[in-house]
Amino acid sequence: MATITASSAPRALPGSLLRHRAVHKLLLLALAAAVLVPLANARWASGSWPDALTVDFSEPLAKASDWIIDNRDSHPLFLYFFGYVSNAVVISVHAVYLVLLGAGWAGVTALGALVAWRVAGVRLALGTGAAFLTCGLLGMWVPTMQTLALMVVAVLASVVVGALLGLGAGLSDRLDRALRPVLDTMQVLPAYAYLLPVVLVFGMGVPAAVLATVVYAAPPMARLTSLGLRGADKEVLEAVESLGSTARQRLLTARIPLARKELLLGLNQTIMMALSMAVIASVIGAGGLGDRVYQALASVDVGAALAAGIPIVLLAVVLDRVTGAAGDGTEGSGRAGWAYALVAAVAVAAAGRLMGRLDWPDVWIVNIAEPVNRAVGWMTDHLYSGVPVVGGTADWAAHFTTWVLNPVRDGLQWLPWWSVLLLIAALAWLIGTWRTALTAVLAMAAIGVLGVWGPSLDTLSQVLAAVAVTVVIGFATGIAAARSDRVERALRPVLDVFQTMPQFVYLIPVVALFGVGRAPAVAAAVVYALPAVVRITTQGLRQVDPAALESSSSLGATSWQQLRQVQLPLARPALLLALNQGVVLVLAVVIIGGLVGGGALGYDAVFGLAQGDLATGLVAGAAIVCLGLMLDRVTQPTERRTKKGA
Amino acid sequence: MRLRTTAVVAGVSSLALLTGCGAADMTKQASPFANAQGAKTVTLSVQSWVGAQANVAVAQYLLDHKLGYRVDTVQVDEVPAWDALSQGRVDAILEDWGHPEQEQRYVQDKKTITPGGDLGVTGHIGWYVPTYFAKQHPDVTNWKNLNKYASQMRTAESGSKGQLMDGSPSYVTNDKALVNNLNLDYQVVFAGSEAAQITQIRQFAKEKKPFLTYWYSPQWLFEKVPMTEVKLPAYKEGCDADAAKVACAYPHTPLQKYLNTDFAQSGGKAAAFLKKFKWTTADQNEVSLMIADQKLSPEQAAKKWVDSHESTWKAWLS
Repeated sequence: MATITASSAPRALPGSLLRHRAVHKLLLLALAAAVLVPLANARWASGSWPDALTVDFSEPLAKASDWIIDNRDSHPLFLYFFGYVSNAVVISVHAVYLVLLGAGWAGVTALGALVAWRVAGVRLALGTGAAFLTCGLLGMWVPTMQTLALMVVAVLASVVVGALLGLGAGLSDRLDRALRPVLDTMQVLPAYAYLLPVVLVFGMGVPAAVLATVVYAAPPMARLTSLGLRGADKEVLEAVESLGSTARQRLLTARIPLARKELLLGLNQTIMMALSMAVIASVIGAGGLGDRVYQALASVDVGAALAAGIPIVLLAVVLDRVTGAAGDGTEGSGRAGWAYALVAAVAVAAAGRLMGRLDWPDVWIVNIAEPVNRAVGWMTDHLYSGVPVVGGTADWAAHFTTWVLNPVRDGLQWLPWWSVLLLIAALAWLIGTWRTALTAVLAMAAIGVLGVWGPSLDTLSQVLAAVAVTVVIGFATGIAAARSDRVERALRPVLDVFQTMPQFVYLIPVVALFGVGRAPAVAAAVVYALPAVVRITTQGLRQVDPAALESSSSLGATSWQQLRQVQLPLARPALLLALNQGVVLVLAVVIIGGLVGGGALGYDAVFGLAQGDLATGLVAGAAIVCLGLMLDRVTQPTERRTKKGA
Repeated sequence: MRLRTTAVVAGVSSLALLTGCGAADMTKQASPFANAQGAKTVTLSVQSWVGAQANVAVAQYLLDHKLGYRVDTVQVDEVPAWDALSQGRVDAILEDWGHPEQEQRYVQDKKTITPGGDLGVTGHIGWYVPTYFAKQHPDVTNWKNLNKYASQMRTAESGSKGQLMDGSPSYVTNDKALVNNLNLDYQVVFAGSEAAQITQIRQFAKEKKPFLTYWYSPQWLFEKVPMTEVKLPAYKEGCDADAAKVACAYPHTPLQKYLNTDFAQSGGKAAAFLKKFKWTTADQNEVSLMIADQKLSPEQAAKKWVDSHESTWKAWLS
């Protein structure tokens, strides 16, 4: 789960000064525009992005893709480098998988529960055991083990890579400066964008899936390692130094142990991101649980998709809680406990083996698909259309498309290209700094150069519409939760589950409710992004200085006035962060919305993967990257404290 | 768990590094989930449409229960599946709709894929309108009259034009070129996946609304939503050679099976079985319908079919 702690440092910037600076920036921008726009207009037509400024990448990309396929079994680069990488992945995953199968369901369950017991106590141990048994009950034991095997390898690799990078960045300022923008950027990119390049090199299958997962999941580890090493208490370090220790001793005995909390948080985030990626990677042949979800969706079988989705959620919750507890908990209280746990686990595994009960028995499988499908069927029958007064969901979707999505898209595409850039510059500069504004403008210009200006604006319109809905609902819910403990308590488990659900599972119910097109893609994006927005809003509002609240209520402010005039302004940084997170998460799902008729960039990316036409896919992927970068920079508050989690 | 697995991983990978002084050909690496615990494993590619799932379900059931194999299935789209097949990450594709470019590359040039014979089913892609609408307006079934009905086929997505609904981006389609070259007042709207398309068609059918869709047979949905094909200009050999200038209907394709060459040669009984696997459109539809409409699991559906068609599959095992 995203451990987002929006620490809102209440800044008392006088309103007039703020306004003054904003006017200043806008004036400067207007001046620049007055000079540049006529020039650009004279040179190239206005309207859509000028053809003269685009570069066609599809030809060289298609050639590169063909070259790779033709030379994959003969060129030394593949035989002596990528071949080994791929081989190592296959062998490691195979080995872990064999160990998991060899331990049998009883052994794996016992091992999981005992590890959870040692790390996090009895309650989580019971939860872990129950989670594993549920996976078996749902008939998903083998896929769960496949996903787990893939995860173990990917997480180990991510942790090693991330920790090494973080170690470098923690010790060297220069490396830190070089790495930080890269890591920042990698964290805002939709998972989907990572799939295409690895497929290009490794082809479909587990090696590509593992590598995409590593690339996606290593950044949080690197970032938090570096943060932990840098955050070590100066006085402690000085004390250690005064004892005459060498730099290496200082690192091993003081800095790394002091960074334990950050390291474990990094592990937690890496695991969560790896899990979400392992599911999406089923699109490139990762197998396991994600593949079951994907296959079930192909036959419109929401029930079966859910049967595979539940184990993913359970794995996510268990892994999150256990690693989270490891971060908070005290140091392992004695090696004896671990030894007992290990012996017990081995004993259970051996017992299972002797009884010949390695595979989950078929008779213990509970079929949930049917009742779930009946419920979904009822929902679509009764809610789809013709509901008196409010109209059906399909009617809403049609109205939303006609009255919101179409005008926004047509409006964006109608705007002259330079005015889009100007708008982005103005917004980014007002919210952030000139640096973020420049990056945003350059990213948007890159989209034009790639030749996908139109589809990108289409995607952008969907993102904007989804973000607007998310922000309205999210802020309202967040305010309600911040003002009432009961609401917050009721919401928490819901948010937990929704944040860990694989994005795929959302897609089919939204199609059943909203039909095919951009509206269901937007709906799925809203549902996916809401939990993070609600969380950050609630936290931000709750952290507003109680003294400020009290003084205002002593002045006789009503609770509505208090909210509007004290809480919301003081929580401004948190609200901006919520917006930023909302935008990033929405983009990730709008892209996957290509699978339900979202069209635009998402469709191009899906098309690229599906047709093996990597030229189209990679251009779309690059445009997605640019769009993500632009959206992040535009909404990036001057000082971003925390990062996206899973 | 971590300790043990790290030890195993470290041991195995260092072993790999030590022994691997030569080249590592990644096109010869099987799936890591294959052949676990000495079980004989066959990995089959399942494409996203239900007909292909039916083929695989029955093959899987027979391989598992009659020949003692463990069967893994992986869902891969059509073109990438060829690539995966040539690399041996899947052993067989049971239903291919014709990919001349890939056939040239992998079967003729590289010889990493071997044809596995006819599936016994003939596939056909076309444009369809629901039969209830075709009965009221019989002339809609000729493409020349489609523009007359464009206004009735409008949706929010297609704007001022009529909607021609296409399915998954992975399917073979010339629809954009067709709409263009036949001067039709239609907008191609991609549902994005077959699941989304089916859901949408059923919603339309429930309200008896008119619609025009890209569809293909054999397909179980015809049993649920009867649809009538719209006649396009007749298909002639080679009329679809230039993708941008296509102005003719889609061909009728006898669906093919393909096997990985290594597997075809050394796959033993499984390879022999998959080569003989051949059934009819009716058989396939029967199983598809059980999976997609009655929501039986593919395994249950396969079992039902196997129990009642012994004579058909006995021939595949001999």
